[in-house]
Amino acid sequence: MRVRNALLAAVVMTAGFSSSLTTPVFAQEQEQFFPLLVFRTGPYAPSGVPWANGFVDYYKLVNARGGINGVKAVWEECETSYATDRGVECYERLKGKNGGATLFQTMSTGITFALTEKAPGDKIPILTPGYGRSDSADGGVFEWNFPLTGTHAASADTQLQYVASLVGGLDKLQGKKITLLYHDSPYGKEAIPILQKRAEMHGFDLSMIPVTHPGVEQKSAWLQIRQNRPDFVLLWGWGVMNSTALKEAQATGFPRDKIVGVWPSGSESDVKGISGAEGYSAVLLQPGSGPDSQVVKDILELVHAKGEGTGPKEEVGEAVYMRGVVNAMLSVEGVRAAQEKFGVGKTVTGEQARWGYEHLDLTQEKLDALGFHDVMREVKTSCADHMGSSWARAYVWDGTRWKLASDTWFQADMSILDPLVKTSADAYAAEKKLERRRADDCQS
Amino acid sequence: MGFFLEALFAGLMSGVLYSLVALGFVLIFKTSGVFNFAQGAMVLFAALAMARFAEWLPQWLGFESALLANIVAFLIAGAIMCVVAWLVELLVLRHLVNQSDATLLMATLGVAYFLDGLGQSGFGSGIYTIDVGMPKDPIFVLESVFPGGILLNKEDLIATVIATALVGLLTLFFMKTTTGRALRAVADDHQAAQSIGIPLNRIWVIVWCVAGGVALVAGVIWGSKLGVQFSLSTVALRALPVIILGGLTSIPGAIVGGLIIGVGEKLSELYLGPLIGGGIEIWFAYVLALVFLLFRPQGLFGEKIIDRV
Repeated sequence: MRVRNALLAAVVMTAGFSSSLTTPVFAQEQEQFFPLLVFRTGPYAPSGVPWANGFVDYYKLVNARGGINGVKAVWEECETSYATDRGVECYERLKGKNGGATLFQTMSTGITFALTEKAPGDKIPILTPGYGRSDSADGGVFEWNFPLTGTHAASADTQLQYVASLVGGLDKLQGKKITLLYHDSPYGKEAIPILQKRAEMHGFDLSMIPVTHPGVEQKSAWLQIRQNRPDFVLLWGWGVMNSTALKEAQATGFPRDKIVGVWPSGSESDVKGISGAEGYSAVLLQPGSGPDSQVVKDILELVHAKGEGTGPKEEVGEAVYMRGVVNAMLSVEGVRAAQEKFGVGKTVTGEQARWGYEHLDLTQEKLDALGFHDVMREVKTSCADHMGSSWARAYVWDGTRWKLASDTWFQADMSILDPLVKTSADAYAAEKKLERRRADDCQS
Repeated sequence: MGFFLEALFAGLMSGVLYSLVALGFVLIFKTSGVFNFAQGAMVLFAALAMARFAEWLPQWLGFESALLANIVAFLIAGAIMCVVAWLVELLVLRHLVNQSDATLLMATLGVAYFLDGLGQSGFGSGIYTIDVGMPKDPIFVLESVFPGGILLNKEDLIATVIATALVGLLTLFFMKTTTGRALRAVADDHQAAQSIGIPLNRIWVIVWCVAGGVALVAGVIWGSKLGVQFSLSTVALRALPVIILGGLTSIPGAIVGGLIIGVGEKLSELYLGPLIGGGIEIWFAYVLALVFLLFRPQGLFGEKIIDRV
């Protein structure tokens, strides 16, 4: 017995010693809490799992690098199954935990709509990088929402610009037939206003076909597409709707190189193992996949190599995984920006973090230093602009991986987006009896 | 006209697949009076087992034949479904004998949630493939009659043949085998069947096992078409209007009901959908079934309900 206890003590001491070598010491144990509304189960889990893993791996990397100026990142997951009611329940459960939530990243447009009215009262920012309400880019009305790096409207605009580049320019869209096949949800409907506006401007014929959740029944939709014979199909699917669309396209003989998706339709799980998906392209608001990036190498070396990886090593660098990584990075960099104003090395409140997200200035140099070279481009927010940028690139599935269609970075045309965003934001403000923020409020 | 025929054929082929899922409901209800809400979860569970074992077996045993992997995985998944059937009888049904229909329904709802969770925990929550060599490309017929011809999906055609064969086999099983006769006897009158020595518990295990087999075949066909993922369990929701329409106790009803619903939802989506915003086929199937019930409450082939007052 004594020998066994001695052995046990030796093992514990060795483990403690080795972990003290690998885990940074956080002197005062200051913690910054990042709640995660994940969907690791349910119909959208194939996208939700790598997305969540990217988040968690990045927070682990931040801690391995010494935290946010010494403040340890802590997180807690709450499972929403991508259901809005469960998302709200998770928000209520987590908002006060661990000293209070820094922010919420909803990972769902539906949940974003539900939480937009709650966040100002609780003084917690809502980050929706690449998704959420398109009108929340207007910080004058949506003080607490941050659709950083682009909105669904920006997705739609860059997607159309890519289609235009395939036919020789925006002026060549005249007379073309384009079908929007969209998930019949708040997310899918976000594409409609910008595409209608573009159809009006460029004279193409836009038809729209909704697909009911979860999107496994698309036979009628593709028969309609076969009948209409559009030049392009813009795919706004999510989860299983995407792979089903590609299968139905094959079953109805529609060429896959005439189908163009957006980032929720452009993950590996949408195309892997789907015979006939080759040639399908997707325009991804940054980031795309980034298996060769420095941040991925760091995650593999500092997290996975130590047996602390959240998911399988093979998914590290895939498109949706990278979205989780970038989303987590944005949440951390906002806190870092807030620390510069409110105290470096200190935990910031949700309200202080909001200031950080509104004054985010991620230059290319900063991004490169963080390991995001060739993964994403600069983001700079302001009181009026809560989006910061809308860079996107097109990728083509070659049967084994997403390949860049070209080196071109697209950016949403703000002269088209801004009026639509402002009109929608003003309507929201009028409905909720909100006043547009004044210039001096932007300094707070 | 060509487009109408295309929609009609697509609807008929979808309908056959709905019938396949509806059959699982009918089998269990006929013999035990339980409306098995877990049928959809059983489809998902069976398909997950099949897909994952077909992937794992070559890795574990070091062989490369996809055919062999599929056959063995199919057999393992079938055995797993029988174990599930046995456990459901042992742990759930046996303790609920003589309870109300609502209690039994809620129990199967619990089984459904349990199987959904267990399947995803044990086999994963990704999208998995079942590749049984089904052709994916379409064929075009009557090209000389209609411009562009009429599109038929080869995969759907093969699935229709498999589903039809399964229905035929089940009919033979029920009509010609001793076990099938015992099942029918139990369906007609539990007490009478028991009085002549038919063991109810064993019969229930057999019928749940058969329903598990039907779920496996449905899971393989749907999984091959859509990929094996959580949404397969919602396929069962597509079978509900089928059994409302066809009657809960009739195998021919499940088949004819499936065809009517399949055709009805496709034609409604294509011809009515554009007028009212589209995306109507799922709820339209229920409306169709409910309208039908106004005229024939017991369903198309269901037994007429006669209550003595």
